[in-house]
Amino acid sequence: MYENTSAVLEAVRLKCVRGERLIFENVGFQLCSGEVLQIDGPNGSGKTSLLRILCGLAVAEEGEVNWKGRSINDDLAEYVREVNYIGHNNGIKSELTPLENLVVARSLMSSNREFSLMEALAQMNLSDIADIPVRKLSSGQCRRVALSRLLISQARLWILDEPFTTLDDNGRHLVQDLIATHARKGGNAVIVTHESLNLPEVILNKLTL
Amino acid sequence: MKSNLLDVFMTILKRDLSLGLSRSSEIANPLIFFFIVVMIFPFALGPESNLLQRIMPGVIWIAVLLSATLSLDMMFRSDFEDGSLELMLLSRYPMTLLIMAKITAHWLLTGAPLILASIFLGVLLNLPVESLLYLFITMMLGTPVLSMVGSAVMALTVGLRGGGVLLALLILPLYIPVLIFSIAAIDNAILGLPITGEIYILGALLVLAITLAPFATSTSLRIRFG
Repeated sequence: MYENTSAVLEAVRLKCVRGERLIFENVGFQLCSGEVLQIDGPNGSGKTSLLRILCGLAVAEEGEVNWKGRSINDDLAEYVREVNYIGHNNGIKSELTPLENLVVARSLMSSNREFSLMEALAQMNLSDIADIPVRKLSSGQCRRVALSRLLISQARLWILDEPFTTLDDNGRHLVQDLIATHARKGGNAVIVTHESLNLPEVILNKLTL
Repeated sequence: MKSNLLDVFMTILKRDLSLGLSRSSEIANPLIFFFIVVMIFPFALGPESNLLQRIMPGVIWIAVLLSATLSLDMMFRSDFEDGSLELMLLSRYPMTLLIMAKITAHWLLTGAPLILASIFLGVLLNLPVESLLYLFITMMLGTPVLSMVGSAVMALTVGLRGGGVLLALLILPLYIPVLIFSIAAIDNAILGLPITGEIYILGALLVLAITLAPFATSTSLRIRFG
């Protein structure tokens, strides 16, 4: 009779099929404001496929994703403004410097004015290499460049695919702190990772595929 | 909002231009290919200048089509592979606007040099001035159409194995209208006949491509990602 109207992001009975193969079905969850969802599961269980459905890049075979009570497909353009997706691929150009990459990223996304680009890079310990082409950087540094997009984004929903791969301990702490701060401000995050997350004062939901 | 749209258009345009210039071989190879294809004909057909003057505008246009097909690969592939296209699909701006910027950059990097190279080769082959003039005009109208139609088809085949050959098979038939009306215009001009009809049709093809290609490309990309 009464729906849980406080759920911000809601997935209902999602089903994903690749070719003839059923990847998953009947997947659903609800996230309220400030909650984080950790998705885990064996390789090939459809974690990345689920994330792509959640951010509107792919369409589920069945079921739907609701954002603030409305299906995301009603107004996909409006929904993607609230989403910051950092996938397997970093989405940065190896010919450009970290700073140039962030300039392009900021012009594409709804950015906040909290940090300047250099401040964002400094937060990720990248200020020394801000002007070196990305192809000369290590893979961990590239991951940091991609994740620094989180700092300049205004998006309310972060969708992160294995954010910690190739990061060192310091980087893991940094990113967990970012996620925790974001959640305490009322933001949401959906994170695919096998690691145990340490997010103080944040409600952490878990989903195993 | 309006100035924002222009800003993001310019940002993507500049990004693609500097990326293209930093990978100079991707720009140079289609151009060199173009020179070689055109220069093969005098070797194969002999240096008789009447024959060459008659067929060379057509040969140059065919070489432009082939070379344009070769150059399409650079439009989306690296953005597809490193995830940049996903960022663009999830950006807060219409994908059509970003695609328009990418097509413009692609034309500036590949179409515009091809026009200059065509004129240069035309002079080298001693083509009459009318041929050169109408070669230039038809190319100014035609090469942007090649980039735009190409982007829509390229978007469908990006990231596919063996996509290169598939692309050529799909794209060359679509290029034929541009070829027909460009060659008709040049032939008529040499014979002293009016060419307004052909030029109008080329202009109409250009307007049609500008209107539809960004939507077709963005839909194709969504299909590829879906």
